[in-house]
Amino acid sequence: MPSALWLARAVMLAYAFGAVGALVSRGRAGRALGAAGALAGSLAVLCLGVLVLAGGTPLPLPALVFPISGVLLRVDSLSAVFLLIIGLVGSAAAVYGYGYSAPAPGHPVEPATGGGAGGPRPHPDPRAMGTLLNLLLATMTLQVLADNAFTFLFAWEAMSLATCLFVLTDAADPEAVRAARWYLGMSHAGFAALVGLLLLLSGGDLTIPFEVVRQATLTAGVRDAVFLLAVFAFGTKAGLVPLHVWLPMAHPVAPSQASALMSAVVLKMGIYGLLRIVVDLMHGGPAWWGGVLLGAGALSAVFGILYALLESDLKRLLAFSSIENIGIIWMAIGAGLIFLSYGLLLPASVAFAGALYHALNHAAFKGLLFMGAGAVQRSTGTRNMERLGGLIGTMPWTAGLFLIGAAAVAALPPLNGFASEWLIFQALLEGFRIPQPSTALLMPIAVGILALASGLTAACFVKAFGITFLAIPRSPAAERASEAPFSMRAGMALLAAACIALGLGPFVVVPRLSGALEAMGLTAPGPPSPPLVTRPLGIAGTTGQMSPVLLAAGLLGIVALVHIGLRLAGARAPVRRVDAWGCGRIRQTPRMQYTSAAFAEPLRRVFAELYRPTDDLTVHVHPASEYFVQSIEYHAAVSPWIDRLIYRPMLGLLTRIAGRVRAMQGGSLHLYLLYLCVALLVALLASRWLG
Amino acid sequence: MALFTRLLPSTVTEPLGAGEHDALHVAREIDRRAQRLFGRALAIREVDAGSCNGCEIEISGLTGPIYDMERFGMHFVASPRHADLLLVTGPVTRNMEVPLRKTYEATPDPKLVVAVGDCARTCGVFRGSYAVAGGVGDIVPVDVFVAGCPPEPTDILRGILAALDRRIPEVSR
Amino acid sequence: MTATAWLAAVQTLLAVGLAPGLAGVVRRLKARLQGRIGPPIGQPYRELRKLLQKEPLVAHHASWLFRATPFIVFATTVAVAALVPLLAVGLPIYAVGDLIVVVDLLLAGTFFLALAGLDPGSPFGGMGASREMTIAALAEPVIGVAIFALALTADSTNLGRIAARMLAHPATAVSPGHLLAFAALFIVTLAETGRLPVDNPSTHLELTMIHEAMLLEYSGRYLALLEWAADIKLFVFFALLANLFVPWGLAVTLTPLALAVALGALALKLGVLALALALLETRVAKLRLFRVPELLSVSFVLALLAVTASLLGR
Repeated sequence: MPSALWLARAVMLAYAFGAVGALVSRGRAGRALGAAGALAGSLAVLCLGVLVLAGGTPLPLPALVFPISGVLLRVDSLSAVFLLIIGLVGSAAAVYGYGYSAPAPGHPVEPATGGGAGGPRPHPDPRAMGTLLNLLLATMTLQVLADNAFTFLFAWEAMSLATCLFVLTDAADPEAVRAARWYLGMSHAGFAALVGLLLLLSGGDLTIPFEVVRQATLTAGVRDAVFLLAVFAFGTKAGLVPLHVWLPMAHPVAPSQASALMSAVVLKMGIYGLLRIVVDLMHGGPAWWGGVLLGAGALSAVFGILYALLESDLKRLLAFSSIENIGIIWMAIGAGLIFLSYGLLLPASVAFAGALYHALNHAAFKGLLFMGAGAVQRSTGTRNMERLGGLIGTMPWTAGLFLIGAAAVAALPPLNGFASEWLIFQALLEGFRIPQPSTALLMPIAVGILALASGLTAACFVKAFGITFLAIPRSPAAERASEAPFSMRAGMALLAAACIALGLGPFVVVPRLSGALEAMGLTAPGPPSPPLVTRPLGIAGTTGQMSPVLLAAGLLGIVALVHIGLRLAGARAPVRRVDAWGCGRIRQTPRMQYTSAAFAEPLRRVFAELYRPTDDLTVHVHPASEYFVQSIEYHAAVSPWIDRLIYRPMLGLLTRIAGRVRAMQGGSLHLYLLYLCVALLVALLASRWLG
Repeated sequence: MALFTRLLPSTVTEPLGAGEHDALHVAREIDRRAQRLFGRALAIREVDAGSCNGCEIEISGLTGPIYDMERFGMHFVASPRHADLLLVTGPVTRNMEVPLRKTYEATPDPKLVVAVGDCARTCGVFRGSYAVAGGVGDIVPVDVFVAGCPPEPTDILRGILAALDRRIPEVSR
Repeated sequence: MTATAWLAAVQTLLAVGLAPGLAGVVRRLKARLQGRIGPPIGQPYRELRKLLQKEPLVAHHASWLFRATPFIVFATTVAVAALVPLLAVGLPIYAVGDLIVVVDLLLAGTFFLALAGLDPGSPFGGMGASREMTIAALAEPVIGVAIFALALTADSTNLGRIAARMLAHPATAVSPGHLLAFAALFIVTLAETGRLPVDNPSTHLELTMIHEAMLLEYSGRYLALLEWAADIKLFVFFALLANLFVPWGLAVTLTPLALAVALGALALKLGVLALALALLETRVAKLRLFRVPELLSVSFVLALLAVTASLLGR
């Protein structure tokens, strides 16, 4: 279709325009050009995604869209779902970024936690933010449109580099440098695995189109190897435990439109890659593949949210929560693969629909939450929740929008987080159809873990919203906070509206996802029904139904009836403002409130075996008498046992090997000449014997 | 087994009846509207403003099986925000003067105050002490004083019922 | 409105209207077990009526969330009451929300109540919020696995269909899977509604409070809504236990006789559960807070055993 081609060209042109415009112009013009380019590009991406999803047929795009030889592009329904994600969050990030990249009025950015040394640093360069935003969006669009291994790898690496540069926006921050180093390392480890698996898949030629790969047959050993490499490669990108270590370092230090994009979209590229390679190109596999994904996903889900609960850094909390949600998506994909291996097509399609829907919903609400956190950081200068509080009064819009995001991630009906979790639950509940009881028993355990993760998320976001926005400000910075500028609020409002719309309209979204599932060779979950507003979302072959629209209408109706009822019952006594009740205490200070560490303390005790916390209590007594305490110092830390058990030994081993190899660089010219002779001899002999 | 014999309608609660000597002093004109409102459902918050706890022991008997104030629709609550009536004991010590006032302010209108014990009315044996700020009536407006050191639980109950202007039931079952 | 819509409305109003009465019955039974006369059964209604007339006091820096929460909690609880089969089985309203929706609606109420506990900035509210969310989070996996066990035998998470399926196959009601699931859900009921041994609803010691601590700051009509919502929550949990596990009496046809029988059966089942609760609360002492996760893990194991038994017995 000519219009799809036109849209694709417009996308690339808009991003190029935005990148160049942000780089060459200064000040407000630069920010505006960058934002405009990103916004136009993202809207075009969104239109492209909607067009293809509605139309349903895949279309190849001529490489003129991106003029490098060897690049093959194609957009099909699976790509279209991820184009929707990119377009939605990209547009919001573009609008938000316009306001965010302006220098914050009189609030230089503080180092993250506690007092921190070094003093406030100048605001990061807005030109970098605008350019990198466009570049990142462009590379991600290219990623989902890739139709051969070369384009896939090219876009992957470009995306990693763009993200890394974004993390390094504030290069004076040692935390950012450390995060960038880890990110680059993990990313390239994943890239190596990706190169390996694509070589295996395409039989050595990286430029053959994916269609050829789809038809190829591979031995079981090669398929298993490809699968394991895929889990590693896409696990590092998507933040699967234990490959997640870069995530809590990188996401908090990037500027907030980047954090939003990274959490919302870049992680989904890992999901996209997994779906593309394992489900589309290899058409699924034996049940143990699904089991591996289910197990890894469950581990990530629980691990992610448990660590999120203990965080006092708002953005790190959100980063860990992303790990949890990605874990949920992996669980859904794993369940789908298990169903697929047993030939249960309908439950499999429900599971994959749930995974895709959750990917879309997570993008919407996580983007919103990161943007809210960014607004708070910009306004108060800190992301440490122990120094925030009371912001619902000074930043009402941000608070309200963050609340929508928090309610969405906690899976409260009738928002979008609940709709996709409901779908995933329904898919897992179909597990009893699996003929083998030992495999079937995995499903209720997965249901239990999913429910636990869901409950812990609710607890975590009560803490995140409550400590940050409610009660009394805990520091002068929080008292001086002011509302975010209009563009930032507009970006957040866009995503909040998406959360509400996606939550109320699963009957619209899920049938459209069927196109993506058919692209993966699965049957659609039920015929696409006309979008009757009140029709409950009942999926043919599954066990339950629900109607979020009627639910929302019912809730609003009950609230209205209660108001009227109270009036009629004569409950009209006016509200009087008084001091809070504190058992008769004289004054109320911010220090009397619950802190974020205190809020999570019961769960810290309950899960102490997993956290292995260390407590350090030092009491300084007065020199004159040990009965008078001068000060008490308390340090509570959670032991980073994944770091200790896996990464430190591995890095130690690598350093030792590197040390040995370094010995080969003796510095002597004669030694190097000897190396050259030996290499030449080996090459000549090899060409003789092999040639 | 003893637990299940309790299911049979045998309770040890004593009927209230009218008292012999008059331990009640109604201090203020009690709000009629409040009385009508609290007639059948009364939430009581107990405040110990420096008492020796003798009155508290008697008050705690009110929730027990013998005196059972719940049969009159009264119950103790955990916060003055939930309360309709403040049951105050003790000579108000200096440290408890502000908390008592704050408790009174934290109670929503309409509200009643019943001061229990001689200490609450006249500071009792602690009158003139350096640690005492004054009787309860000097700190918050009191509706009914119940005299006694300590007053019997039946007198306290009658004091509360007097604050509600409820007819003392002859026989209550 | 059609007959089924009227019936759904009647069911909801029945739950909302009878819930304080159920709380009153439990209080009266407890009093009798303690050798006292106890408050009249209609006492909670009088207390609610009185609270409506009292003035609501709000802390200076409490936000709009504090004043909105009673309405949100009440609305979500009433919505749950609308979705639970009380009298009849095949009503179309059950298609609006299934068992998962019910559980998450209750979680939504808890979410906002916890936020309202944090809002006034008092340490009691924060403590109550923290503990309540801990227990809610730990009860979730039990509920999830128990839902699996129920959906397994009924091939549906739709509440009406679960009850109908059990009516059609009475033998499944005494299957080990179901008995274990009932035990697990009974423990969860105690945890979610804040009754002994998890939480003492009539405690005055703030450090022992879980649910009450979040209500300490509320007064007047806000308190009335929250207390009523807590009563409705207890009613709903009991109705779920009664009508999903012992569904006999539920009306399959919508004739007046069947509905009258259903009402009587409901009253009988709720009465038995109220007596069981009263006996339990009189007999058992409150658990230390950090023993509650142990209790919930026991119920999780019971639920998992329930699912295994049901899966193997298929």
